Amino acid sequence: MNRSYTYIAARFILLVATQVLLIDHMQLGGYINPPVYVLFILLLPFQTPGWVLLITSFILGLSVDAFSNSTGLHAASSVFMAFIRPYIIKGVGAPAEYEGHLDPGIHDMGTNWFLVYSGILIFMHQLAYGILESFYLREAGIILLRVLLSTVATLVIVVLIEYLFTRKKK
Amino acid sequence: MRHILAFIWKHNFFFLFLVLEILSIALLVNQSYYQRAVITNVTDRVTGRVFDSYSSVTGYFLLRKENERLASENAILWQRVKQGQLTTDTLSTLLVDTLNRQTYRYMVAKVISNSTNHRNNYIMLNKGKIHGIEPDMAVINPEGIVGTVVSVSENFSWVMSVLNKHSKVSARINRLNQMGTVLWQGSNPEIGSLTDIPVHVKVNQGDSIYTSGYSYIFPEAVMVGEVIEIKIKEGEHFYDIDFRWAADFNSLTYVYVIKNLYREEQVELSKQVIDE
Repeated sequence: MNRSYTYIAARFILLVATQVLLIDHMQLGGYINPPVYVLFILLLPFQTPGWVLLITSFILGLSVDAFSNSTGLHAASSVFMAFIRPYIIKGVGAPAEYEGHLDPGIHDMGTNWFLVYSGILIFMHQLAYGILESFYLREAGIILLRVLLSTVATLVIVVLIEYLFTRKKK
Repeated sequence: MRHILAFIWKHNFFFLFLVLEILSIALLVNQSYYQRAVITNVTDRVTGRVFDSYSSVTGYFLLRKENERLASENAILWQRVKQGQLTTDTLSTLLVDTLNRQTYRYMVAKVISNSTNHRNNYIMLNKGKIHGIEPDMAVINPEGIVGTVVSVSENFSWVMSVLNKHSKVSARINRLNQMGTVLWQGSNPEIGSLTDIPVHVKVNQGDSIYTSGYSYIFPEAVMVGEVIEIKIKEGEHFYDIDFRWAADFNSLTYVYVIKNLYREEQVELSKQVIDE
């Protein structure tokens, strides 16, 4: 169990570093800024208690905020995403209790399940982010375009990371 | 009371969500200069160091471009050196020197973090309070305007890029001597927009836009960009002008931070007028 905590902590640091040192400096046509760090929230184990889910997401968001001078923006959207996560899991279909140590990743749950699950959550995260970032009604078109493009881009990167960096459990 | 506590405990997930969400949004919305300075002072200790070492690696990739920029700027500066000009009258040179007092002080700083893909973009510089950087100083690079300093910690400072919804810069189309406001609409980081130019003047594609110097922040006649598209909305009295930024925000490495030495005096004076 301790081993998995270390994994989760390492994942936290790696994803924040990837986000602020790599992704934030990439140029994808000006519209897109994929928040790849949300993979951390996506991959937290099913059994994670609600308050842990919310607080880690809050800290995750604040860490990214500290690096992009946007205090509260990433935190607010991450907390929102963490809040709806249990409902989305319920909606998409959670594994039964007795199936033991399954993680909400691509290997345990299958590609289709993961695509739907992370697609909805990333979209909600981006929607909250886009609305809080701009706040202008007349920019609604641009916001929606940005949200959709970033969601797709994030989904692609997240699935790639899942395929490249996780191994199938034996 | 007990029932309320029990209710909150039963729905602790929802209430914790509410608390954290309100906290984040309060952080986001309530940002006075003071709060910003306090937060920056704490977070910059870590983030500044990380970005500093990061940019010492990535800085190498932009050296070629930076060299070209410096070379072309040197060429312009050499033209202004006295040896490069014909001396017509020693007396007039002397007069020019006494007539012109230095208004702006230029400092060089290195960009250690930068973004162009957000709605509100900020730039971090490797100089701060101890180097004499203060909020409301102008930031330009040899190509054109970049932004305004908004918060400063001991060793670092954050610059609000002109690619930000809060950024408004007073500018002028020099050929027509018409004043306008430079904004960014948030879609394309290469294109800015110029508003408040009345439709009765004829704006051409390719007209250069310069800062007006009316803001007490930017010096006069710093390049802003070049007009590429001119639109008039039905029934409007002002143009919607799209222009290409002179500065390439993606490759910023070294910038000048400019202090207006008379800013306080100017602001003080304008306050007196407004108060009356």
